[in-house]
Amino acid sequence: MPQRMQLGDAKAAEIKAVSIGKTFGAFRALKDLSLDIGRGEFLTLLGPSGSGKTTFLMILAGFTAPSEGRLMMDGKDITDVPAEDRSYGMVFQGYALFPHLTVEQNIAFPLKVRGRSSADIKRRVGEMVERVGLTGHEKKLPTKLSGGQQQRVALARALAFEPSVLLLDEPFSALDKNLREMMQEEVKRLHQETGTTFVFVTHDQSEALALSSRVAIFNHGELLQVGRPQDVYERPENRFVAEFLGEINLLPLDALRLDGDKAAGQFEDRTIVLSQTRPQIGPKAVAAVRPEHMTIAAIPQNAGHNAIACWIEDATYLGAVTKYHLKTRSGTSIAVSMPTAATAPFAHRSDVWVSWPTEQGFLLPHQNETRA
Amino acid sequence: MGKSATSRTILLLAPLLLFLGLAYVVPFLGVVRWSVTMPEPGLGQYRAVLTDPLVQSVFIRTLRICLIVTAAVLVMAYAIAYVWVRGTSTQRMLAEFCILVPFWISVLTRAFGWLALLSNRGLINTWLQAAGIISEPLALARNEFGVIVGMTHFLIPFAVFPIASAMRAIDERVLLAARGMGASRSRIFWSVFVPLTYGGLIGAALIVFVFALGFFVTPAILGGGRSVMVAELVYLRIFQSPDWGLGAAISVVLVLFIGILLALMRRFIKPAHLVG
Ligand SMILES: Nc1ncnc2c1ncn2[C@@H]1O[C@H](COP(=O)(O)OP(=O)(O)OP(=O)(O)O)[C@@H](O)[C@H]1O
Ligand SMILES: [Mg+2]
Repeated sequence: MPQRMQLGDAKAAEIKAVSIGKTFGAFRALKDLSLDIGRGEFLTLLGPSGSGKTTFLMILAGFTAPSEGRLMMDGKDITDVPAEDRSYGMVFQGYALFPHLTVEQNIAFPLKVRGRSSADIKRRVGEMVERVGLTGHEKKLPTKLSGGQQQRVALARALAFEPSVLLLDEPFSALDKNLREMMQEEVKRLHQETGTTFVFVTHDQSEALALSSRVAIFNHGELLQVGRPQDVYERPENRFVAEFLGEINLLPLDALRLDGDKAAGQFEDRTIVLSQTRPQIGPKAVAAVRPEHMTIAAIPQNAGHNAIACWIEDATYLGAVTKYHLKTRSGTSIAVSMPTAATAPFAHRSDVWVSWPTEQGFLLPHQNETRA
Repeated sequence: MGKSATSRTILLLAPLLLFLGLAYVVPFLGVVRWSVTMPEPGLGQYRAVLTDPLVQSVFIRTLRICLIVTAAVLVMAYAIAYVWVRGTSTQRMLAEFCILVPFWISVLTRAFGWLALLSNRGLINTWLQAAGIISEPLALARNEFGVIVGMTHFLIPFAVFPIASAMRAIDERVLLAARGMGASRSRIFWSVFVPLTYGGLIGAALIVFVFALGFFVTPAILGGGRSVMVAELVYLRIFQSPDWGLGAAISVVLVLFIGILLALMRRFIKPAHLVG
């Protein structure tokens, strides 16, 4: 047997994907993907179904070999190191617990594989059971547990051997909303406690924003943008990212002028001023503004704000916020959410002004550009 | 299930139930009657079954052969099922061929085929002698060994189906999970894969064992009269040394034994494991 490469020592590892590509037959599931995953960070891979998230995670884990590109860990090339020698923790979609083993035995499995002493295993399993709140369920088989409990077993099993990287593939997609939120908190806490590098796959944007130190957004096998949650949410680089991360208003602009870090254009009869971070934008562009950055008032807001004339089409009371659907004079739809407490309700069909601070809006290309 | 669904089920099953009743239950009741009336009324024949050293030795031999055959079949069927379920496409086709072809060849042909291979002047002994490896022919047929070989060969396909269906039901991600935790291939096989197929293995063992208990043709040909099993003994009692009462009593005991076995097993496994 060849000498096994010992990788799992470091408490948290740093991973570098360099131009990773993956083809299945003629189908390109991943295209030229480069991504640095920092030591101890919580990175979320976010994207619609079929965008290549699982494929990338399987390549990180070593279950799938990339067709092109290299994978580095802590400076070493690990592209050809098989999964069993990488020994990352992994939580699969659907948990993948050992159905014939009890909770305890499931968690003990990776420790046994590593040849730990039985006293050591017993101690560590007890610790993990307690940490994920499964005390009293140690002797049960997975089929006797609820979805949330199975999820906890999967987490405990993946973390039991203190892997340097934990990979999670849509771990909460089968849970209901409350349980999901509870488990999110728990995963966040586990991340802080263990300090391990977490790579988390989801197609739920609010989950991604809530959990991660950085979010990587995938579409059609391409990595579109990576950044901190507030960066990708507030400064998306293209329309796909902007629209995928949450509702956004898009106002087509004419007569676009760029002036340093500012841009200005015409929307209907108003001049709209925006901050601009990408100088090489095409001649046609849209102003993008999140609904919660806009306010509704009877008069246009003063300096430092943009304002457009609208009429209220519909209002939906959502408890803490009220969501307004409006139309501009030319018929463009606008959505605004405002804290219910801060506003007097506006009359239906009334003419109002929608305004927002110039630094909250940003420019996006008119068309969804695609990289070749 | 609603009432109408139940009655529809009964209606659909009726021809089968009628056939089973006429072809098996009625004749079996006749056999039961013989066992307590021939040659004179009473339980004398059953006393003979329990005390006659010849009958007992046949029962013990039958059990021994069936246990060995079951074990051998399970090992080989497991390997074939594994290749069939998890092999490359060529391997799968090959496995399918190995499983299906025996079904198309009659049990009699196959028994004689083995005789041609295993007998004293058969292919194997001829070759070994020609090669100078042995001087006297090995006793491969007309004994228990020959019977075991023939029966094992016949029964393998019946065990492959339930085992393969258990293997197919395994979630691939569970195996990946074990790999990701650093488990070696042999560890994954023995501590994850095999335990997850226990249901199929038990089902296969039951089918093979029960089937083997009633074997007649293969032991008769490959045993050469020296390695008589229960079914052959019944035949001999009834057709050669006309002793219908004893033959009938042996049959009844065999059927009861199988019935008890099935009832016990039913408590441990789901019927789905048997059909695959
Ligand atoms: N083994 C394979 N053979 C062929 N195509 C594959 C294979 N694995 C994945 N694909 C294809 O690659 C694409 C990306 O799949 P992947 O599972 O990575 O998507 P995903 O982002 O994880 O989606 P989801 O959110 O639905 O899980 C899909 O179009 C899928 O059909
Ligand atoms: Mg996926």
